[in-house]
Amino acid sequence: MSAASNADRRPNALEVERLSVRLGTVEVLRDLSFHVPRASSLAVIGPNGAGKTVLFRALAGSIPYAGRVSWAPGTKLGYVPQRLDLERDLPVTGRDLLRAKAAMVQASRAMVSEALARVGLDEPSTRAPIGALSGGQFQRLLIAFALVGNRNVLLLDEPAAGIDAPGQQQLNQLLVKLEQEQEMTIIFISHDLTVVSQYATNVLCLSRTYHCFGPPKTALVPEVLDRLYGMPVGFHVHNAR
Amino acid sequence: MSTTPAEIASLALSVGVATAAGLVGCFAVMRRMTLAADAISHVALPGIGVALLLRINPLAGALATLLLGALLVWALETQTRIATETIVGVVFSVALAVGSLMASGEELIDALFGGPTSLSAPELVAGLLGAAAVIVFILKAKHRLVVSLISPEVAATSGIAVARLDLFFLLAFALTVALGLRYLGALLMGSLIIIPAATARRLAKSLGAMLWLSVVVAIASTVGGIYAGQVLGRATGPLIVALAGVIFFVSLLRPSPR
Repeated sequence: MSAASNADRRPNALEVERLSVRLGTVEVLRDLSFHVPRASSLAVIGPNGAGKTVLFRALAGSIPYAGRVSWAPGTKLGYVPQRLDLERDLPVTGRDLLRAKAAMVQASRAMVSEALARVGLDEPSTRAPIGALSGGQFQRLLIAFALVGNRNVLLLDEPAAGIDAPGQQQLNQLLVKLEQEQEMTIIFISHDLTVVSQYATNVLCLSRTYHCFGPPKTALVPEVLDRLYGMPVGFHVHNAR
Repeated sequence: MSTTPAEIASLALSVGVATAAGLVGCFAVMRRMTLAADAISHVALPGIGVALLLRINPLAGALATLLLGALLVWALETQTRIATETIVGVVFSVALAVGSLMASGEELIDALFGGPTSLSAPELVAGLLGAAAVIVFILKAKHRLVVSLISPEVAATSGIAVARLDLFFLLAFALTVALGLRYLGALLMGSLIIIPAATARRLAKSLGAMLWLSVVVAIASTVGGIYAGQVLGRATGPLIVALAGVIFFVSLLRPSPR
């Protein structure tokens, strides 16, 4: 990945100013401000219940919020959810999902094939019911689904959850490829600080009482993490990509 | 089997309603509305009761309260974010209680289980148009309904107006129930929506196959039930649902493809 300083010279794909979200009587997010340069990646980290998924829902425009969420003109969002409302044992194939998405965004069959190629998923595996796919295959299918229609920004809510270690590694490599080779902007939620330190251009730290924003070298430091999680948190640092 | 033009027209309407029920049922099952489907049909009762008091067509009263009930569920769901199953359970159980207070004796039995009725030409045309409207809606909205199954955020980023789609689906569901009240009644119509779809869900390997199978089972149960009713001299509604139930249990003998 490019260094954060290089990324900061690019125009922004997303600018968020003083974003607040209230769910019922609870203010889940308050006065949150950050930006995401084009063709960079932002990792959102924080303890459970910090409002990370709520932030994604606000960014996707599916819940009301106060403040400003400004996507660059021409932005096309793809969303990969953490949890599916869809039961996995339904007689729905990957092809059913991809066709439905293609119909929604007026994408051609070639664009669907291109999305599958981008995530490295072969056509025959999309003919099986989704319940027959492995965790890694299903996650690739969801990313391909999100990409259909020439999406240029991906929101991924804990994409590696429930995937084995090799699958996680392949997924991380795929996201790097999408960002670097295809100039996609990637915003992802992760609990794996090692992955965040290795792959993210910038980090948004989120808890109910504290938030910070910056490159991994300033966000993933003991004093910030202690404050974010309320206890010391360690992680393994790899060499930069 | 049917011979007079009136009986053929009645059968055509029954097949149209079964087709609508088979299609709506697939998405009701996938949206986990199985129990809600049964409860929704109960809201027809107060409408039938009011219509009988006002001496207007009972089906018009049922349709009015079903559509109002669907609107109420949708409004509560979007405003309170309480699960559909919970809202439907509360609203439609109350409707059943109110409906049973307003109708009595034979009227109540007919309302609950359907009864022999002859169709006027306007009723037949309205019924066929209603069934066609539901079928066209489901086939046109099929892709949007599938994408909205994944998650509300995925639907929103795919350009789907989720709340509006939910409303239209509930209205299509309510209209399908209203169309089937004539021969199945408020208690059994939900079954014609759910049982064929549950059978198809078990046997199908893809969405297209599920839709086809559900329609085929719904039509076979309906036509078979009507025929059995004529042969045995019994009410057709319970026979239709019993036949659908038999097909479902027979489907259990086949190993699930998934």
